[in-house]
Amino acid sequence: MRKNECIAMLLAGGEGRRLGVLTKDLAKPAVPFGGKYRIIDFTLSNCAHSGIETVGVLTQYQPLVLTQHLGIGSPWGLDRREGGMHVLPPYVRQKGGTWYKGTANAIYQNLGFIERYDPEYVLIISGDHIYKMNYDLLLESHKKTGADATIAVISVPWADAGRFGILSVDEEGRVSEFAEKPKKPNSNLASMGVYMFTWSVLRDALVRDEANRQSSNDFGKDVIPTLLAEGARLFSYRFDGYWKDVGTIDSLWEANMDLLEEKPSLRLNDRSWRIFSANPNQPAQYVAPTASVQGSLINEGCVVEGVVNRSVLFNGARVGEGSLVEDSILMPGAVVGKNARIVRAIVGEGAVVEDGCQVGAADEEEIAVVGSGETIRPKAELKEAEPV
Amino acid sequence: MKLPLTGVINLIHEADEMETLTANRCLATVPFGGRYRLIDFVLSSMVNSGIPRVAVFAHRKFRSLMDHLGSGANWDLHRKQSGLFVLPPSMEDQTDFGKGDLYHFYRHRDYFARSARDYVVITRSHMVCNVDFARVLEQHRDTGADITAVCKKTDGGVPGLARKAKLDEAGRIVEMQDHFGRLDSDVVSMEMYVLSKELLLDLVETSLAQGRDHFVRHSILSRLNRLNVRAYMYEGVLGVVNNVAAYYRHSLELLRPEVWKELFFKPGAIYTKVKDEPPTHYRSGAKVSNSLIANGCDIEGTVTGSILFRGVKVAKGAVIRNSIVMQNGIVGENGVLDNCILDKEVEIRPSQQLRGSEDSPFIALKRKVI
Repeated sequence: MRKNECIAMLLAGGEGRRLGVLTKDLAKPAVPFGGKYRIIDFTLSNCAHSGIETVGVLTQYQPLVLTQHLGIGSPWGLDRREGGMHVLPPYVRQKGGTWYKGTANAIYQNLGFIERYDPEYVLIISGDHIYKMNYDLLLESHKKTGADATIAVISVPWADAGRFGILSVDEEGRVSEFAEKPKKPNSNLASMGVYMFTWSVLRDALVRDEANRQSSNDFGKDVIPTLLAEGARLFSYRFDGYWKDVGTIDSLWEANMDLLEEKPSLRLNDRSWRIFSANPNQPAQYVAPTASVQGSLINEGCVVEGVVNRSVLFNGARVGEGSLVEDSILMPGAVVGKNARIVRAIVGEGAVVEDGCQVGAADEEEIAVVGSGETIRPKAELKEAEPV
Repeated sequence: MKLPLTGVINLIHEADEMETLTANRCLATVPFGGRYRLIDFVLSSMVNSGIPRVAVFAHRKFRSLMDHLGSGANWDLHRKQSGLFVLPPSMEDQTDFGKGDLYHFYRHRDYFARSARDYVVITRSHMVCNVDFARVLEQHRDTGADITAVCKKTDGGVPGLARKAKLDEAGRIVEMQDHFGRLDSDVVSMEMYVLSKELLLDLVETSLAQGRDHFVRHSILSRLNRLNVRAYMYEGVLGVVNNVAAYYRHSLELLRPEVWKELFFKPGAIYTKVKDEPPTHYRSGAKVSNSLIANGCDIEGTVTGSILFRGVKVAKGAVIRNSIVMQNGIVGENGVLDNCILDKEVEIRPSQQLRGSEDSPFIALKRKVI
């Protein structure tokens, strides 16, 4: 990819309401994932490996943890003299300013940023999804078909198709129909929320979308359907790797558990496509003589003195002697005291589960959640996850 | 909180009896503690103490050193002003290589002259420790010493090669001898010397003019009666790591929580080059206990009393006991290691059994396939 031929706009302002207490103080893209990362690391690392050297990250909801994590983009090699990573929060103009009203409006408000680089193509991605994808191949396909916009799609089980934006495509991959969360889907190709636009088409579409008072200024709901209705050349790009929206407690837990399989479909230990992240710089993990660890992912700085089965431990998590952690996630710095039981649970950043306490149970349907910084004391009732 | 102190990490003629561990690297970059290199400890100590300007006087086999240090960003030393300087030996002709450190200090005297700071701390790279140089400087100024040497009182000496020092009651060093000397003292020198820039430049020029070119031997040891050289007693964890026995012993000492808790965190954190390895995967059937495990490992076998560096694979049925396996090592199915040190990228084929002893661990050279 030549310099500035293509720049990326990364939507990272989402609240992730369905993640409940886990997104109380941080945006969804900053939610910890996979023992070491935050969700946004996947899309930023994809950019880094795909040769995209200019990335605008649009932030809005609870940006403090996120912007601290992003810094100047150095973990992803995006601290560049030219281009690089830019954090783009909403801002005030002479005639006032507004929050980002929708995904399309967020890009619209930053047309000036894109104009400064004047690329040929603009990649629109979001920091909400876990996947490894080479955007360069998407661009190649986009150029080959001469499309106005190319939408990355993935086959989903027919039963789930009603939860996604579903595309019907012809033999060449050209999009003939787009339905947002259809009750009776005609296809099982779901939009991944990854769009490659020809810049001139995008600019024109966004300006017109903004002028339309009826529009909710959203790519999936407004911009794509309008372009399709106008007969624009919209093409699909098939992706068949691992892709997951971790928008709920259940899907976040599941996606973490997916990593524990004998041959996980999302390989983190892939030297050609490393997922980069801000480094916490902690010493090697210590597994004590009293410990047992099986079927788990453990990160640096952890101290394990108890039993850990089928769990994911982030940096600096601690499990005391006599405790059991099973089918659970301990986020950065979470501390489990002695003789405690953590089963089917997510323990948030810096949360403390004191000696002898129990969180979650094997026969509970819902995943138990302890919010960031909370302390579970003996006999105290666990604060339940907010309703999904 | 910047200190008026310039740092020097002196790699010139460092005592090195590390056998094949330094076959392709300098002592400074010998891997240690699961993810560090020896130089990380003194370099991080300097940074944590508030020293903004550090020079590393490189000497031999410094490719791994350049690779490891890079721009200094991992230690926050990629600065607009000051920061990290790697100074390779200045070679006018072939014979310069054998000359002592004073000669190289002299050739690079601009580094000192350009420093706005009044004091210099000169250290080696092989002291595994966590020192607050601000306190050393404070004592140096309070006592009015010419030179302050960081020392440690030991329990009957150390396994590594360290100079011994004898102090008088006031804490002045009255005698110091190389490691093989007969001086009867439990105090070892950590080879860290704080002195004023002015005195350093004087010692460099005077000693060289007298035809002598070793900083400690010629500028300090021979002047103990004329200079006020005082000891600063360091209380923390220390490993003098310049021979295999010391390497092995101090590595395995890290398995004691009271040792790693102090060494890695107090008074400051130890930094190293970031590798972006994923978390370590413990598979079902893995049996790990009493071990330090770095990121990126994939463990299916048994590991006890050992240290695994980043990216080590332990296959099913493999057993690793009291051993150190460096980066990207592979131990095949049913392989057995007892008291071994495997250098980087060593592969142990299935069912191979390797045994060293506690006194003499088996060492495998980098990239060896056994």
